[in-house]
Order: sequence, then structure tokens, then C-alpha cells
Amino acid sequence: MLTLSHYLILAAILFAIGVVGIFLNRKNLIVLLMSIELMLLAVNTNFIAFSRFMNDVDGQVFVFFILVVAAAEAAIGLAVLVVLFRNLKTIHVDDLDRLNG
Amino acid sequence: MTLAEMPFILPDLRPASAELFVLAMACLILFVDLFVKDTRRTAVFALTQLTLVGAAVVTWAGTSGEVVYTFSNMYVHDFLADMLKQLLYLTDIIVLFYARAYVVDRPLLGRGEFYTLTLFATLGMMVMISANHFITIFLGVELLSLSLYAMVALNRDSATAAEAAMKYLVLGALASGLMLYGMSMIYGAVGSLEIGEVAERLQAGVANHSILVLGLVFLVAGLAFKLGVVPFHMWIPDVYHGAPTAVGLFIGTAPKLAAFAIVLRILANGLLTLSYDWQMMLLIMAVLSIVLGNVAAIAQHNFKRMLAYSAIAHMGFMLLGLAVGVVGGDARFTLNAYSSALFYVVIYVLSSAGAFGMILLMARAGFEAEDLDDYKGLNRRNPWFAAMLMMLMLSMAGIPFFVGFFAKFAVLQAVVASGQIWLAVVAVIFSLIGAFYYLRVVKLMYFDAPADPTPIQAPLEVKALISANGLAVALLGLFPDTLMWFCLLAIRLSLSVFA
Repeated sequence: MLTLSHYLILAAILFAIGVVGIFLNRKNLIVLLMSIELMLLAVNTNFIAFSRFMNDVDGQVFVFFILVVAAAEAAIGLAVLVVLFRNLKTIHVDDLDRLNG
Repeated sequence: MTLAEMPFILPDLRPASAELFVLAMACLILFVDLFVKDTRRTAVFALTQLTLVGAAVVTWAGTSGEVVYTFSNMYVHDFLADMLKQLLYLTDIIVLFYARAYVVDRPLLGRGEFYTLTLFATLGMMVMISANHFITIFLGVELLSLSLYAMVALNRDSATAAEAAMKYLVLGALASGLMLYGMSMIYGAVGSLEIGEVAERLQAGVANHSILVLGLVFLVAGLAFKLGVVPFHMWIPDVYHGAPTAVGLFIGTAPKLAAFAIVLRILANGLLTLSYDWQMMLLIMAVLSIVLGNVAAIAQHNFKRMLAYSAIAHMGFMLLGLAVGVVGGDARFTLNAYSSALFYVVIYVLSSAGAFGMILLMARAGFEAEDLDDYKGLNRRNPWFAAMLMMLMLSMAGIPFFVGFFAKFAVLQAVVASGQIWLAVVAVIFSLIGAFYYLRVVKLMYFDAPADPTPIQAPLEVKALISANGLAVALLGLFPDTLMWFCLLAIRLSLSVFA
């Protein structure tokens, strides 16, 4: 029988993978955007699990909003990525070093 | 439940009339922009300014001092919201006037998108200011953030702007993720997403305190990211530095008002029962911000980067006010503490707008005036502008009798009233260290020889505005009582502790 804590642990692991992906990833900016997406989906899992086990729909409604915003965020993220690539001819995280100090 | 059992009731739209007005006008301007031939976009600029003035009138007409909820309690209309929105419109109007010449000189920036994105960001901030539910807070924050990401990248031929936009986007999304994770945990512990109900259920007592505190940690971390305080400050210097100055001016001013509003609504209205936990976090972040911001600013040669670190220090100072409201479970000091923080953030926005306005005023086509050395001998090139910038710098440094001094004084008074004298001592010592880099700007302007002695010209309205901005800092310093009275009123009429 799956209990609430199973879902919460799964969400926590997904969230942690997302956060670690942002900080450890030194290669590709697209992987960074994927990590962000993973974080938001972990949050969605959390909301749905709580919503299901508390019999309260608010959490599920929130998930729809998060999904929509995540899509918009990905769109802008990829647009910025294209601009960046046209200027720098690279999408390596290590090459983002013009702003420092 | 079937569809027929859920009746649809049209919500009361009047409390949100200003938001609806801005939304409608933003869409209209987006449409009008398609037919504008003029490369200076005078019509779009004028319409945007008219929208802001119109929104101010609509908000003014709806101001009553009562607390009204609408959209099933997701939205709140109170005096704090009205006051912050009026300040928001005012800041936007000033920002657009300052930015006007700068964006007209730069073809990639001076298009309709700059104005419509400003309006959508403003709408996001209005939603944040009036939010009373975790969903509305999230939507407001995201509408603001997404508009700002796009605005930073607006100059698409600049590698630094693209890099700043990417860093801002990734760290901003991380912050949203942290904030959402915190919200989900609090939702799980409390069973509600509405701020007022969260407060009620917390008061009644919640079984699972550990989930609640876990959620609180993530939520506070997300909010700290948006405010830009240590240790979540990494994006501030890069974004201020890399973004076009006109966008930097916008990011450095108005969003602070909105961020203050959501911090106050979530922490003070919703989670006051947990004040012992979050006050500790805010205190640590505030002290770290004041220390790091003031020390790191000394090492900067770029004026925008220096202002970024100064922003971190100022936000830390503002957090001090929020962190000393409840002393030993006694909420007696909240009124003074929170209104001093509100006063501080308003004054910060005013001085920051003036400082960025000076950078924009000095910049010409192909010349950014970003380096501190560009301000050498400003007094010989234009004594009036030098005097204005000096007043703004002295106010930011907290020299009596400029208004920045009273802002710091009010916060320190609240800190001392809470009995944490050591905290006030640390804040004062690091403000003194911080005074060094503000005074360095004054020294450069008055005692160094200019590299380029040509006098500085500016359009009349910018000259008038920068003068008004500089003089406001001096005059408010002589008469801080009125603004302080408004801040006290806003906090007392709007916070649920005083209801």
C-alpha cells in the first residue's frame, strides 16, 4: 500500500536531483533548464499527493497553474538560450564568465 | 461532485479594477504598437504613461481603508495595497521618463516591447501586492519575473545582456521552485493555501510541526532569492551589471516594493505564529547581507555593480525591521518594526531610482557611463547634477539629515526596542564602512579632473525629474513625518494582527 510518505520521499528525491543538477552541472545549459523543470514537477507531485490524501482539491488546481507557468518559463528560457548562442556560439555553463567580481 | 453542483458565481471585480484596467491597456498598447510607424514610439510611450496615471486614478477612487476580499479570498484590497500600488505607479512613471532617451538611442531596446513588458511586469507586481493566496502570490511573482527575464535579454546583440538574462532566469526559476516546494509543505501541514486560513489553522494548533518548519525554510529561501539577500544574492550583481541600464533601473526599484508586500503578507499575516522560526532566519540573512553588501561594494569599479551590492546591503537593513517585530511571543512591537521596514523600502526605491537615473542621464548613444571613473569631475561638467547625485549618495549612506538617515534610524529604533542592542551596533558599524563607497563617488565628482570635460545636456523633463528626485531625498529628510505616518497607517489598517 502506497502511503503519503512514499509520494513525499519520491518528490523530495526528484526535487533534490533538480537542485543538484543546477549546481553541479558545468556543461550544458539545456540540462539546466531540464533540472528546473524537474524541480517544478517534484513540487507538483507533492501538491497532488497532499491534495489526494487530504481530500482537498486546492492542491490539484495549483498544479495546473504551475504546469502553465513552467511552460511559459521554458519558452522564455529557450528563447534566451537562442539569443545566448547567437552571441557566444556556445551553450556551455563555464563559458558564462563575462560578468564577474 | 458533478458540474451542476458547482455554481459559478461572478466574483466582485471592483477591488481589482486597477489591475483589470492595466491588463486591458497593456493588451491595447500591444495592438497599437503594430501600427506605429514612428521609430521613437512616442505614441506608445505616451499611452503607457497615461495607463499608469489612469491606474493611479482608479486606485485612488477605490481607496477606503477597509479590508475587502474578492475572488474567493484569493485577492485582498486594503490600504497597504493601495499605498504600495500608488508608489509603484509613481516609480514606473519616473523609470519610463528616465529610460526614455536611453531606449530611443538604442534601436533594439526602444521598441514597443519595452513598454508592454513594463506594463505586464507592473501588473504582476500589482497582483503580488494584493495577493492573499499562495496561487495568486505565485502567479504575480511569475508574471513579474517572466517579464523581467525578457526585458533583460531585450538587447539581443549584447553577449553580457544575454548572459545576465540566462543567470537571472536559472536562479529565478530555482527561487520559484524553492518557494513552491515550501508552499506545498505548508499546504500539506496546514491544509489550506489561503493566507488568512493558514493563520487561523496555525493558531488552532497543527500536529506536524516539522513539516511546517521544513516548508517555512524553503519558503523563506525563495522569498530571500526574490529580495536578493545573502546567501541568495548571487544574481543581483550580474543582473544589475549585465542588463541594459534602463532595465536595471526598473529591476532595482519597483520589484522591491512588491517583494516587500509578499514577504509581509506571507510571514506577518499568514505565519505570525511561527515568528520565532522565521525571525531567526531573517536576522541571519539580514546581518550577512549588511556585512557582505557593504564590504563587497567597496571593491567595485562599475557603478551599476556597486549599486547592486548596495541594494543587497539595503535589503538586509530592511529585513532587520521585519525580523524584530515579535519579541518573546509579544506582538507589541510589530507596528513600529514593520512600518519602519516599509518606510525603508520606499526610501530605498526613491534613492535607487535617482542613482540609476543619473547613469541614464550621463549615457549617450554608444556610451554607457557605467564606470565610476566616468563620474570624475562631474561638478565641472554640470554642478547641478553633481549636487543631485551627491544628495542621493549621502542619503543612501545614511548621513543626517537626508532621508536615508531617518530610514536607518527608524529601523534601528525598532531593533533597539526589541532588546537586541548588538544587532544595532553591527548594523551601524557596517553602515559606516558602507559610507566609504558612497563618499568615494562624491570625491570623484568634486575633487578629480574629468577625462572628458564637455558639459552634460539633458532633456527638460529628465532635468526636472532628477532635480525633484534629489530634492525629495533632502526634503523628506527634513520632514519625514508625513511618509512615516502613512507607513504606520498602512501597516495598522492592513495587517491582521491589528484587526
